Amino acid sequence: MTDRRIWAGWTALLFAGVLLGGAFAGMLFEVLRSGGSTGGFDFYLARITGFTLWQAVLSTLVSVVPGLIVARALHRQESFPGRSLLLGLFAVPLALPAIVAALGLLALLGREGLLAKPLNAVLGEPWPGIYGLSGILIAHAFFNMPLAARLFLGALETVPADQWRLARQLGFNARQTFRLVEWPPLRTSLPGVAGLVFMLCVTSFTIVLTLGGGPRATTLEVAIYQALRFDFDPARAALLTVVQLVLAGAAVALLGLLGADTDAEPNLSISARRFANGGRVQTALDALVILLALIFVGAPMVAVLWSGLQADLWRLVGENAVRRATGVSLALAAVSGLLAALLAWSLAAARHASRSRFSRALFGTGASFSLVVPPILIGAGWFMALRETGQVFTVAPVMVASVNALMAVPFALRVVRPAFDAAAARHDRLCLSLGLRGVNRLWLVDWPNLRRPLFTALAFGMALSLGDLGVIALFGSDALKTLPYLLFERMGSYRTADAAGLALLLGLLCLALMLAANRLGRDREPA
Amino acid sequence: MNAPGITLDQVGFAYRDTSFLFDHRFPTGKVTAVMGPSGAGKTTLLHLIAGFERPRSGRVLIGDTDVSAMPPDRRPVSMVFQENNLFAHLSVAQNVGLGLDPGLRLSTQQRTAVSAALDRVGLAGKKQRLPRELSGGERSRVALARAALRDRPVLLLDEPFAALGPALRQDMLTIIDAQRRERNLTVLFVTHQPEDAEAIADTVLFLEQKGNSLSGNAGDFFGPLGPPAFKAYIGMAHQKLNRPAPPPKPT
Amino acid sequence: MKSMILGGLAVLALVAPAFAQGSLTVYTYESFTSEWGPGPQVEKAFEAQCGCDVKFVSVADGVALLNRLRLEGASSPAEVVLGLDTNLTAEAKSTGLFAPHGVSAEGLTVPGGWSDTSFLPFDYGYFAVVYDTQAVQTPPASLKELVEGDPNQKIVIQDPRTSTPGLGLLLWVRAVYGDDAPQAWEKLKRRVLTVTPGWSEAYGLFTKGEAPMVLSYTTSPAYHLVSEKTDRYKVASFSEGHYLQVEVAGQTVKGAQNPLAKQFLQFMTGPGFQDAIPETNWMFPAGKTDKPLDPAFATLVKPAKTLSFPPEEVAEKRKAWIDEWLAAMSR
Repeated sequence: MTDRRIWAGWTALLFAGVLLGGAFAGMLFEVLRSGGSTGGFDFYLARITGFTLWQAVLSTLVSVVPGLIVARALHRQESFPGRSLLLGLFAVPLALPAIVAALGLLALLGREGLLAKPLNAVLGEPWPGIYGLSGILIAHAFFNMPLAARLFLGALETVPADQWRLARQLGFNARQTFRLVEWPPLRTSLPGVAGLVFMLCVTSFTIVLTLGGGPRATTLEVAIYQALRFDFDPARAALLTVVQLVLAGAAVALLGLLGADTDAEPNLSISARRFANGGRVQTALDALVILLALIFVGAPMVAVLWSGLQADLWRLVGENAVRRATGVSLALAAVSGLLAALLAWSLAAARHASRSRFSRALFGTGASFSLVVPPILIGAGWFMALRETGQVFTVAPVMVASVNALMAVPFALRVVRPAFDAAAARHDRLCLSLGLRGVNRLWLVDWPNLRRPLFTALAFGMALSLGDLGVIALFGSDALKTLPYLLFERMGSYRTADAAGLALLLGLLCLALMLAANRLGRDREPA
Repeated sequence: MNAPGITLDQVGFAYRDTSFLFDHRFPTGKVTAVMGPSGAGKTTLLHLIAGFERPRSGRVLIGDTDVSAMPPDRRPVSMVFQENNLFAHLSVAQNVGLGLDPGLRLSTQQRTAVSAALDRVGLAGKKQRLPRELSGGERSRVALARAALRDRPVLLLDEPFAALGPALRQDMLTIIDAQRRERNLTVLFVTHQPEDAEAIADTVLFLEQKGNSLSGNAGDFFGPLGPPAFKAYIGMAHQKLNRPAPPPKPT
Repeated sequence: MKSMILGGLAVLALVAPAFAQGSLTVYTYESFTSEWGPGPQVEKAFEAQCGCDVKFVSVADGVALLNRLRLEGASSPAEVVLGLDTNLTAEAKSTGLFAPHGVSAEGLTVPGGWSDTSFLPFDYGYFAVVYDTQAVQTPPASLKELVEGDPNQKIVIQDPRTSTPGLGLLLWVRAVYGDDAPQAWEKLKRRVLTVTPGWSEAYGLFTKGEAPMVLSYTTSPAYHLVSEKTDRYKVASFSEGHYLQVEVAGQTVKGAQNPLAKQFLQFMTGPGFQDAIPETNWMFPAGKTDKPLDPAFATLVKPAKTLSFPPEEVAEKRKAWIDEWLAAMSR
C-alpha cells in the first residue's frame, strides 16, 4: 500500500521535473536541430567557476553566521515593540530587484554615500566605495542574512519551552545554553539554510557585475546569460547550467555531512512559550545585535524609501500602466505563491511519510535544485520546445507562474517542513487511532496546525515572485508586464525617479504581504 | 513541624486576562499533592517557586530566604517536567551529568556519582543510550536521577508520570518517596491521579477555578469527610477516566 | 504644427478604412512601445493611414529581439522587426528570416550612408561619455585622454558580454586603438569604477553620484535638458570621433506576404514616424521630420568623425575581441 502523501510528493517532483526537463529537452532539440557548439570547458570557464564558488562560499558565511546570531537574539527577545514589523522587513529584500538593493546599499556605503564623508575623514583619503568582493559580500548579506535569520528563528521555535526552563534551572551560561539547547536545532537546519543561501549566491548576476568592479568578478550565471543572449548558444548555456547544478549538488552534499538528523523528542510542550530573559548583559547584547541587524537591513531600505518619496507617487499610482502592472504582479504572485505552498506541503508530507533515506532526501532537497537553473534558461528551453506549436504566448502566463512557484518552493519548504514534521509527530498516532484521514484530517488536524507556516510560505512565495524578472524578461509580452519589469523600463528610459517610486511600491507591497501573512496565520488567542 | 519549607506570601501573578493570588505554605520534608482542574494555576504555582515566572506582587520564600528575585538555577529547587526533561542529542549519562556541571567537565568522582544515581533508578545498563532509545518511563527516571544528583531540598514535579502506566507510576512514586525520606525533601507534586496523591502525599492543595483553594491533610481529603468540592472534582476526574474510584485507605 | 499633422491624419483616418483592412505584427523593444516611447504615437499615425490594426510585441531590448526571433524561427508571427542595431544585422540576416525591404533609402540620412537591402535605418545616435559638470571641471577631450587620465576620476561602463553600449565601447576602443586595444583597456581599467550588466544600472550609479562619468549616448543630455530642465550632465566630445549606433527595421519572410509590412517600412521613413523619434526615443531621426528638433538637440555634441565597423566584421570578430577585453580587464 503506498501512502497517498507519497503520491502527493511524487506529483510535486513530477511538476518540477517536467518544468526543468521540458526546458532541457527544448534546448537539446534546438542543439540537434541547429548544431550548437558548447565551446568546451576552457580556461575562462575554469576561472569563473572558481570565482563563482569562492564568492558563494564567502557570501554564505557572511550571511549564515550573522543570521544565526540575529536569530538567537530575536528568539530570546520574544516581545519588544516592532518585532513583527522587523520580521516583516526581513522579507522585503527578497522582493527587491537586485539593482534597487544595490543602489540602496550605495546610498550608504558608496563613494557618495551617507557614510562616505566620515569614512574619508577616518581613512585620510577618498573612500573607494565597496566595489569588488567586499561589495558583493555586503549585498549578498543584505539579501540573505535576513532570510537566514528568519529560517533559523523558525528552527529555534521548535525547542520546547520546558527545555528552556530546564536550561535555566540547571544554570547554563550563554555558551552552554547555545551548545546544549540552541545548537542542536540550528545544526539540524543549518545544511538546509546554508544550502539555500549558497544556491542563491551561486546564481547571483546583477549584484556580482554591478558591484564586482570588473569582469574578474564573473559568475557562471553571467556566462549562461551571455551564452543565451549574445552568442545564442543553447548548447553552451545548457552545459554551463549543468556545471552550476554539479557545483550546487556538491555543496549541498558537503553541507549535508555537517548537519545531523537528530529527531527530537516528539512531544512538544503546549504551554505558552514564555520564559524570563537572561540577565541584563544578555539583554543588552541582544538589543545591540538586533539594532545592528535593523540598521544593516533597514538603512538601505530607508534609502529606497527616501528616493521613492522623491518620486511623484500620486501620479504613479494613478497611472494605468502602474495599476495594471501591480495587478499582474499580484495575480502572478498569488498563483505562484499558492502553488509553491502547496508543492512544499506535498513534499513535506511525502518526505515525512517515506522511509528510505534516499526518498527522504529526494523529497527534502530535490526541488531546491531548481534554484540553480536560471529562469531565463527554463524560459528559453520551453520556448524552443513549444515554438512549433505556435502556442508560446498562450502558455506564457502559466510558465511564468510555474517557474516562479518552483523557485519559491525551496523557501516554502524550509518554513513548512519543520512545522509539518513536528505536527505529524504529535498527531500521527492519534489520527491513526481515530481513523482520521484524507480530507477530515486535512481540515481538522493539518490545516489548523499548519496554517501559520503555510501562510508564511505563501507570503515568501509571493514576495519572491513579486520581485522576479527573469522569466518575464524573455517572454516579455505586453500582457505580462509586472512591476519590476515596469521599473526596469522606466530606469532604461532615464526615468529614475519613477523607478525609485516603483521600487518603494514594490517594497511596501511585500511588507504588507508579510504582515498580512503574520496576522492571518497567527494562532487564535486562547480563550 | 520544622522551619517552614516553602512560603508563598500573597503572591500575585497575571497572565493575559487571568490573574492568580497564591498564599500557601508547604512544610519541610513533606509531599504535597497539588490538584485541581486545568487552568487553576497548578503549573504556574510550580513555575513561581522554580523561578520561571516572577511574581507581580508578594514574596516567595524557601526556608527563610526570599527567593522572589533569584534566578532559577540559584534556587534550592529541582523541577521535573511532564516531557522534554532530556536533551535529545545527549546520552543518558550526559543528561544526568548536567545536574553537576552544565559544562559537562566531570571529575572521576562525579562520574561515579552519576553512575550511582542511575543505578539507583534502575538504569544501570543504559547510561550511553540516547533519550530516543528509552521508553517514557525510563526517561522520567533519568530526570529523577538528575534531580537526586543536584541534591536540592525542594523537588517540584509537574505531572511527570501522566503518560505512564499504573505499574510504572508506582515505581516512580517509590523512587520519589525514597528520595524524600533519604534527604528530607520538600516535594510538590501536580497530578490528576487521585491514586498517586493518595499513595505518597502527606498534604493536599486543591486549587479551584477563580482562585479559591483548599488545603489539608491528605488523609482527611480522601477520607469520607473530605471537602465536597474536592470530592466532586475527583469524582468527575474518575468519571472522565471511566474508572471506579479506589477504596479509601489511610496514608 | 502638431495639431495640423494630427488633423491631417484624422482626415486620412476617415478615408483609410474604406480600402484597407487587416493587421500587422511588429516586434520591437519595450522602451519603444512604452507610454512615453514613440510606439503609441506611431501606432496611431500608421493605423490612421492604413486603416489596419498594428500589434506591437515588445521584448527587453534589441538583443532580446533577435533572440526572440531565433527562438521562434520560421513560425514567428513577426512581420516587421524594429529595433535591431547595426551590430546585430549580420547575425539577423544569417537566420534567413528576413526578406528585402524593397523601400528606397533615398530620403534617409545616416552618417556614412546606407546601402543595406534587408534593413532600413530609423534613427541613430553616438556612444559617448557623459559627465557630471559638478564633479568634472575638465572633461577628457579624446578617448586617449579618457584612457590615460586620472585614475581617481572614475567611469562606469557596461559589460560587452551583456549589453549594447558595452559592446559599443569595445568597438569604439578597437576602432581608435586597433590592435593596441588591449593595452588601452589595461590603462582604462584603472579608471573603471565598475562594469554593469546593462545601461540602466550604469546610468543609475552615475546619477546617484557614484561616478562622475558614464558610458551613454550623445543624446543623453537632451533628456535632462528637455524633461528635467538641467544642463548639469554633458557629453565629453572626443577628438577621435564617436562610435555610431544605427537602429534599423526590416520585414520578415512572413511579413513579405503582407503588403502592410512594406507600407509600414515606407511610413517609417516619413515624418509621421520620424517626428516621434527625437523626444521619445532620444535618438537622431534618420528621416525627414515635419517639425524642427527641439533646440536642446542643437546643443548636443556633434562628433567630429563617425566611427563604425561593418556589421559583418563585428559578427565575425566580436567573440575574439570580447576575449581580448576579458583578458585585459581581468589582469
